[in-house]
Amino acid sequence: MACMNKQFLDARRLLCPMPVIRVQDKIKTMALGDQLEVVCTDPGVMQDIPAWCRINGHQILSANNNAGEFTINIIVGD
Amino acid sequence: MLATKAIMEQGVHVEGINFFTGFCVEGHTHAIRKKDKAKPKRNNSLWVAEQLGIKLHIIDVIEEYKNVLINPQHGYGANLNPCLDCKVFMVQKAQQWIEENDFDFIITGEVIGQRPMSQRKDTMPVIARESGANERLLRPLCAKNLPETLPEKEGWVNREELYDFSGRTRKPQMALAEQFGFTEYAQPAGGCCFLTDKSYSDKLVDLWTARGKKEYELDDVMLLKVGRHLRPKAHFKMIIAREEGENNFLQGYKNMFQTMTTVSHPGPLVLIDGTLSEQDCWLAAQITARYSQGREAEQVEVKMTQQGEEKSFLVTPLSSEEIPKEWHV
Ligand code: SF4
Repeated sequence: MACMNKQFLDARRLLCPMPVIRVQDKIKTMALGDQLEVVCTDPGVMQDIPAWCRINGHQILSANNNAGEFTINIIVGD
Repeated sequence: MLATKAIMEQGVHVEGINFFTGFCVEGHTHAIRKKDKAKPKRNNSLWVAEQLGIKLHIIDVIEEYKNVLINPQHGYGANLNPCLDCKVFMVQKAQQWIEENDFDFIITGEVIGQRPMSQRKDTMPVIARESGANERLLRPLCAKNLPETLPEKEGWVNREELYDFSGRTRKPQMALAEQFGFTEYAQPAGGCCFLTDKSYSDKLVDLWTARGKKEYELDDVMLLKVGRHLRPKAHFKMIIAREEGENNFLQGYKNMFQTMTTVSHPGPLVLIDGTLSEQDCWLAAQITARYSQGREAEQVEVKMTQQGEEKSFLVTPLSSEEIPKEWHV
């Protein structure tokens, strides 16, 4: 299996749905099995990014709230 | 939601497209105000897509949408909502998307007669024609009241199993929702776009008037959704946070504006847009004090910050009678 590629995305200060759009556009450039770590400040992402991932076949590895900064790790699916 | 389900029932593969214009009333607006925090902050289109089990593509059209809103060929609705031009634009973008992604046709949930401006029998063909989608645009909920489209002619969908809804009543839609087993049925009329809101439209008109031209950036659009907006003089406007959630939100903009806060009493963060004379600063400080917890005090200390420089004002807060209604944008 090819080596997994991890990428980072800074979506702080953006309001939903902009972080979701940024994640979507970034994932388009990534391959199956790659990992994306996104950092956001809009609490809405804790609902919207997992929902977007569920319907589009990507997997959430973790979603954490560190004092108002939300870090979500996603594994790219099909 | 119903239109999609109706087509999926015929065995057609459907994916959703949601256009983000900047004016959509979405989760973020609810996230700003603290009092709404208990409500779920879901994004409706994601929720609908999940209920239907379809993929959803969210497309940022903020830049391109400016031209639609600023120069609508068909004019505005009751407020600054350019609904007909907006629909033409969105269907045109959808047409572009289906060409790039190898899809065959576009469906929308429009119903003849449901909205006074954009969903009339005579405007339906306008949208199909001006968007360039022509016969590839199908409205499953009222298809039987409209001429046959390509998907029907080609037999990709069965016209007989489509619907003939019309008018403002939503009863047939409710019944269909029940038949499809949707217990929660998202957003009937309007309510999803700020441009249909009178108070929002007034603020946008005020912004354009003050700038002397019709233009805006995403930050402008966002700030019009937040706080109390007061224009005490033609050349400056104050945006005053109404509660903690808005205060936090406005904090994010404090480096782009002159700001005022009360020092002697708890109070809101105020952003000031415009160039102020010394006299204007005193007035702005008195207004800031009015919206702080020191509104009844003899004197309130207000701090003004501009590009890192601070100035202090000791003022008597204005009384509510001294703030004319016309100042409220
Ligand atoms: S309500 Fe807003 S989003 Fe909907 S058609 Fe009108 S302008 Fe466009």
